[in-house]
This record gives sequence, structure tokens and C-alpha cells, in this order.
Amino acid sequence: MSPRYAYYPGCSGLGTSLEYDTSTRAMCAAFGIDLVDITDWNCCGSTPAHAVDHLLSAGLVARNLAIAEDMAERMELDGIITPCPSCLKNLKTTQHRMAEPKFHEEVEQVLGRKLRADLPIKAVLQVLAEDVGPGRIAEMADAPLKGLRVVPYYGCIMVRPPDVMQFDDVENPMSLDNVLTALGAEVLPFALKTDCCGASLATTRREVVTRLSGRILDAAAAAGADAIAAACPLCQMNLDMRQAQINRANRSSHRMPVFYYTQLAGLATRQSEERIGLDKLCVSPRDLLGSLAARAGEGRS
Amino acid sequence: MNIGVFVCHCGSNIAGTVDTEAVAKAALGYPEVVFATDTMYACSEPGQAGIIEAVKEYDLDGVVVASCTPRMHEATFRRTLERAGLNKYMFEMANIREHVSWIGKDKEANTNKAAELVQIAVEKLRRDEALSGGEFEINKRVMVVGGGVAGIQAALDCADGGLEVVLVEREPSIGGKMSKLDKTFPTVDCSSCILGPRMVDISQHPNITLYTLSEVESVEGFVGNFEVNVRRKAAYVDWELCTGCGECTSKCPSKKTPDRFNEFVGQTTAINIPFPQAIPKKASINPESCIMLTKGKCGNCAKVCPTGAIRFEQTDEFVTEQVGAIIAATGYDLFDFTKYGEYGGGRFPDVITSMQYERLLSASGPTEGHIKRPSDGKEPKDIVFIQCVGSRDKSIGRPYCSGFCCMYTAKQTILTKDHLPDSQSYVFYMDIRAPGKMYDEFTRRAMEEYGARYIRGRVSAIQPKGGRYLIKGVDTLMGEQVEIEADLVVLAVGAEAAKGASELAEKLRISYDNYGFFMEGHPKLKPVETNTAGIYLAGSCQGPKDIPSSVAQGGAAAGKVLSLFSKDKLASDPQVSAVTLQRCIGCGKCETVCPFGAIEMTEFRGMPKASVIETVCQGCGNCTAACPQGAIQLRHFTDNQILAEVQALCPY
Repeated sequence: MSPRYAYYPGCSGLGTSLEYDTSTRAMCAAFGIDLVDITDWNCCGSTPAHAVDHLLSAGLVARNLAIAEDMAERMELDGIITPCPSCLKNLKTTQHRMAEPKFHEEVEQVLGRKLRADLPIKAVLQVLAEDVGPGRIAEMADAPLKGLRVVPYYGCIMVRPPDVMQFDDVENPMSLDNVLTALGAEVLPFALKTDCCGASLATTRREVVTRLSGRILDAAAAAGADAIAAACPLCQMNLDMRQAQINRANRSSHRMPVFYYTQLAGLATRQSEERIGLDKLCVSPRDLLGSLAARAGEGRS
Repeated sequence: MNIGVFVCHCGSNIAGTVDTEAVAKAALGYPEVVFATDTMYACSEPGQAGIIEAVKEYDLDGVVVASCTPRMHEATFRRTLERAGLNKYMFEMANIREHVSWIGKDKEANTNKAAELVQIAVEKLRRDEALSGGEFEINKRVMVVGGGVAGIQAALDCADGGLEVVLVEREPSIGGKMSKLDKTFPTVDCSSCILGPRMVDISQHPNITLYTLSEVESVEGFVGNFEVNVRRKAAYVDWELCTGCGECTSKCPSKKTPDRFNEFVGQTTAINIPFPQAIPKKASINPESCIMLTKGKCGNCAKVCPTGAIRFEQTDEFVTEQVGAIIAATGYDLFDFTKYGEYGGGRFPDVITSMQYERLLSASGPTEGHIKRPSDGKEPKDIVFIQCVGSRDKSIGRPYCSGFCCMYTAKQTILTKDHLPDSQSYVFYMDIRAPGKMYDEFTRRAMEEYGARYIRGRVSAIQPKGGRYLIKGVDTLMGEQVEIEADLVVLAVGAEAAKGASELAEKLRISYDNYGFFMEGHPKLKPVETNTAGIYLAGSCQGPKDIPSSVAQGGAAAGKVLSLFSKDKLASDPQVSAVTLQRCIGCGKCETVCPFGAIEMTEFRGMPKASVIETVCQGCGNCTAACPQGAIQLRHFTDNQILAEVQALCPY
């Protein structure tokens, strides 16, 4: 039986990272991962909530957990998954904190109901890497990304903190590397794969983001990458949408497409243009993809 | 029988949570107890005098002292009894400190438990018999296992004291870790210049037999009479004939052999002499790299050897040595830093260990003393040293401080400046631990005279950046993040137990701690003894130690052996097994379970019977548990005594 998960898209999935959401859904369908949306889900509180009050943050998350638990009463569910590392971190941190009985009780009190908080919570990437696995991904990628030199960029919190996330190597994760290799891309070693991009400081201290994200772009270019494959909406936004700002601040001239890895999966499995949403990217990958086709053509002749 | 009971206060150690007076009062109610009292310090001079007085006054036949663990003071009180004119085995100890007062706070419960432990001791004492041991001959030879600086010191001191010494070393040469060092702190004197003469002394001392490329295979026997089987690994060279000329190494075509001595920086030949000052200076072949031994052709070394010493057919040999004492000086190994993903987990060629750096500094090393990056052979300009790699870190199971890394890092920054005057060293540290003589002054010198920049904080990541490395860390004194670009990163890797240490400990029947370091007899008072008679420790096998401490321990262990061997005979312990012939059915079960080979089967009037070799028996009691007839009994711990103790505790 194919795995089935309660799906938590996260707020950005309805806005700035619409294409991450649609391409994630397309990818999961292609690889046989059943997604059931958590009905009437709410924002996880993102960074502001937990920066102010742990109980507030946990309360927001717990409401979503409770709905998912109710759903699990009615249907077989393997757990909760989300494409967004920040949502993931809030979901998992809440579950981790609720292992402490006193905190559990407090959360139930603010929520006004009981909950178990015991459904497995995972990243979509983890399910793809572990439940599907590189072998089956490679089998199903009928349009492999031949010739695409890409660096994997996990973002800083996909695997951190390790005792909460319980996923992959904290210093040198390889799951995204392996997924991209299975999709047929040439994956380059990337030492900055879990470095911080500057995150939401973009709005308050932009120079932090132009410095940190600039460094990631520099390193990707130095490694010889054509593109970056990202797994986080905020990272992708900083690297892609702010690439011109970064270039201005650093006097650099990057034109580095920053895909969601789910978009690359979509390309490799011939999903419709509409679901992959390449037109949503600020740095257009059109030239790159065109030249890839040309490279592949050369190879064929 | 008249029994006296003495309940010790141990200051407030016991009296703080046990009503010692009440315990003594309760003891008066136990069978055959004619006298009971509490006493401030039973082990003190007046405390012992009180026991002797009571023995005389109340005509006591046996004594119970309720105090601490017998480990320390059983011997003390037995001597007290001897002075009082009693047999020293007419004594029992109830441990009401470690087993009662130190572990419980409830005074009433503690007092009750203490009284019960005293009752148990009384019941056992009622069934004690006066025992006397004989004497046995000892073999005044000593084996030293490990030829590092601690083992060398121990071997030389024993040999100078007139003992015959067998020194066993696993590597082809003695010298240990110290022989790999370029210079030593805090004097910056040349390591091989001070160690070399000692190594030569070992090879030339008439009292020392040296087995290198050898390991202890098994150990039998007991103090004064050990029999050690030593595996002499095949060198594939007849060392009687080898002159150490080195002709073979220059002609060996297998030039990409991993160089163990140089910590795998650079390569050596399949047949090699590990370093110029090696003792013995003999060639040996690495069988995994030798073309002749792996593919059956070549034989260049055999062709050029002027003495015809090459022996491709050589196999491991075994020698048995009879010794009376063994000194374990097996040293330490370096922590494997690839566990740290943030330092690249071994993926970056210019992130090296401190010992590898030491080989780069050494004139006899792979770069002849020129500091060159392993990746491209270029001279580094900026060098980052990271301390506490594998020390003081619970997350990787190494919570202890390795002790000497602060010092050798300071030394390496000084040497770096000497080698490369234009270089800049940076040191990330947690705390500077420099508590030795001239040690702290030395670290100050590294900072103030040699310009090493010390940054208090940890490194979070090392990332390659354009042929160099970006080191990201935190400066906790400034409260800010720091980033340094460097050409070379040196990790001050901590010390861990030597590979195979726990296996050796089991062969020697000594204990080791959670990390594999050997346990000393007492953390303060018996630093070089073990709890197994005749086995001693020296150097880092007991815990990380710098050179001065290792040398001091080597000398101390030798002193212990010389003192042991100052007697011609040792008193044998009468607490050994004995067979009741009438009950023995000669089944031989006891012989099978005895781990010491202390039981032999004999014949008595045509019937097979077990017989105990008293000097070999260690009193473990395995045989008494195995005997289906109760025919073999451990003296002083007979079935009847143990049952009486249980009966005292569970009367219903």
C-alpha cells in the first residue's frame, strides 16, 4: 500500500512559495505518496510565535496536530508531512516539548481539548528519501536531468537541532544529494548546504541576508553549479527573489536559477508546466534548461 | 566463642547518618557477643589500641569491626588482631559506610541496616577458623608491556635494580608516541634527542630482553609466578642477520605503502625501517603492501640484502616467558576526529591531526621538517589550531580532559613561527589548562612572544573556500562570531584508550574504566598498582598523561616491583579452596571451571579425587559453586558460613 500522510502546506505554500506547494503535490502523486490536507489548518506561528512565547507557539501547532489526530481516527495515516522546514521545526519542537507532561497539560489547557501529539512528523524530503528511496526515484524519472550541475541546499533547519529533527546527518546531510542524483542531475559537493541564508532578517537587517545568501551563491558558482536546488521557501526566496539585491550589495553578477528540488523532480518525471510553476522563479531558468536540451542533443548526435 | 564488636563513627562519615551507639547496643544481643562499643576512628592509633585492650580484657576470640569497605582497612585490622595475639582470620568487617551511611539519609533505616550487617558479620565470624598460610617461591623477572617512554623508564629502572626484564612492544620499534614528536614542551627540546639515548640503553642493557613487533597472547599464573605467552609477529626478515643498512628499502618498488609511523602523511616502502633512530634498527615487511607476499613475485629486497636476511616464508612465532610481575605501559591512541562532521569528517585534505602536524614539523618526517600542506605541498600562511577535539565533549562520549593538548598546541604555534616567520597561528580553545611547572608561562610565551592569537570559543564549521578554508567559530569573550580564512587546520585530537587495551586488561585480569583506561588500585594511594597482585601500571594506559608524568609513573612502577622482589618468598593466602576427600566423587567439574588451573585430579586409594594447588588458587570460589557434593570448600567462605549469613538476614 502506498504511504498516506496528513499534509500541512504551511502559509508560504499559499503565497510566496505557491510553486513549491503545487510541485510537491505533483511530485508526491508521481511517486505514490498520498496526501490528505489537514482540514482548516492554521499558521504554525513561524518564527514570531516561538520567539515570543513557547506556549503560544505550541498552542498554534497543537491545533493542527489535533485536527490531524481526528483525521487519523477516520482513516489510516502514516503521519504528518510538510514541505516547509520552518513549519516542520515548529511541529516537531512542539511534539518534542509535549513529551514533558507538565507542558503537555498546559498545551491541552490553552487548546481546550486532549491530544496525544504522537503522530510521526516528517519532512516531505524525508518521506521521499526514506519511503520511496533513490532506487525507485531513478526508475520513475523518465526524463532524467542529464547534464544539470546542481548543488543541494537544505537550509539551516531541515536537520537541526538533531535531537528534535532525527533526520539525516546534521553536518553533512545527503538525502537531497541522493534524491537529485537519482533524478539524473550531477550533484556537486557543497560545503554550505546547511548554512544560514539570513532568513527573515531580510526585512529588518537586509545586509545580513545579502552577505550570507551572497556567500551561498558565490560558493555554488565556485563549485561550478548551474543551479541551486532548495528545500525551504524562505531560503529559496532569499536566494532567488533577492538575487539582484545580493548582486548589487556584493558587486557580484550571479544569474543562478534557484529551483525547489520538487520542481526538478517534476521536470524529471514530465509533470505539466503549470504544476511545476517554473514561471514563478525570479531568475529565469529558461536559458539553462534550453542549453541542457542542447547539451543532451549533442550527446545524442 | 567470645566476640567483640566495634562500631566506627568515621568522624561524621558514618555517625552522621547512623546511630552507632544503637548499633553497638544491638550487637550485644547477638550470639556470643560479649563486648560491643562505638569508637570515633577504629583505624586510628587509639582506635586500634582499644581493640587490643578489649581482646585482653574480655578474652575475645574474634572481632567484628563495623566501618568502611574492607578494601582499604581489612589488612589494617588483621594486623591489629595479630598484635593482640589472635589469628588474623578471626576477624570480620561490616561495611556500614559505603553500603549504608554514604548511600542513605534515613537515620533510622540506616541504623537498622547497619545492625543487620553487623549481625551477618557475627554469624560468619562464629564459623571462622584460624588459618595460616605458607610461603611460596617467586620468580624475580619482570615483563614490561609497551615500549613508550613510560615502559622504557620502567624497564630501565628495573634492569638497573638488578632485575631481568622482558620488554614487549607491538610496533617494530620502541619509542611510542614520544618518538613521533618533534619537540617537547615546555622546554622545546628535541624529543628524539632526549628519548634516543634511553632507547639505546634499552637495546644495550644486559638485563633487558626486547621483543618488538610482539604482543601478549595470554597470561597464566599469579603474582611471583606468571607465565606469559608472547606472539612475535613475522617481520619477514631474520633480525639476527639484518644490520639495518636500509639497502632493501631503497630498492623496494612498492613505494605507496601507508606510513604508520608518519601518521599516514606521506608513504613508505613495503619493507621499511620506521624511522632513523628506531630500536631495534631492523627492517620489516608490511605484508599487505609487499608485492612478493601478495602477488608472489618481486623479491628485490632479497636480491640486494647483503646479509641474506629476507625470509618471505617467516610466520608468527610464540615464546613463553616466566616472570614474577608485569608492568602494563600500553599508552594511548588518538581520537578519531572523523566523528566531527563540522570539521569535515575527514573529507578535507588540509584538516589534519596534531600528531600529523608533529610529523610535518619533524626533520625526520615525510617533508623533512618543512611545513607543507598535504593537498598541494604549499607552505601555509594562516594556520588554525582547534583544541579539545575529542576531549570534554559528552556528545561524542569523551567527557574527560586529555590534559596535554593545551600544551602541545602552544608548542606547535611556537614551532610554526620558528619554521615560518611570516605565518600567523590562531588557536580556538575552551580553557587553557596548564597546571605544570613552567607550563602556564609557556602558553603565555606562545601568545606574547610568538604572536599566536588565542580565541576562546568553539568552531562550528570548516568550509573549503577557493583553495583555502573558512573557519567559522565564536569568540565567547568578545561575544561575537568570528571567521578566519586559513591554509591549514590542525586539530588537537584528544587521547583515548589504546586499541586492544580492554583485551589486554582481560588477559591480565585487571579492570578498566568506561573508556578503556586501566583502573589503578586506588585513585590516590595506589596510582601504579592494580587490584591484581603483581600487575602494575605506568603511563597513559591508566589515563592521559604528559611525558613527565609518564616517566614518573614508569619509575614508580619499577619501584613497586623492586619492593615486591625484595623478599625471596611471598606469603600465600590461606583463603583458598580445600577438598574434603570423603565427599569428593572425582567428577572433575571443579577442574573444568577453575580459571587458574589450580585444580588437578589425583588418585587416592584407587579413586579419582580433586586436589587444590594452593599457591595457584586465587580463592574465586567457582569450584565450590560447581561441586555437586559440597566437597570442595573455599576456606573462610564456606557454604555453611554463607548460609549462616543468609539465615541471619532472613530468619523466617
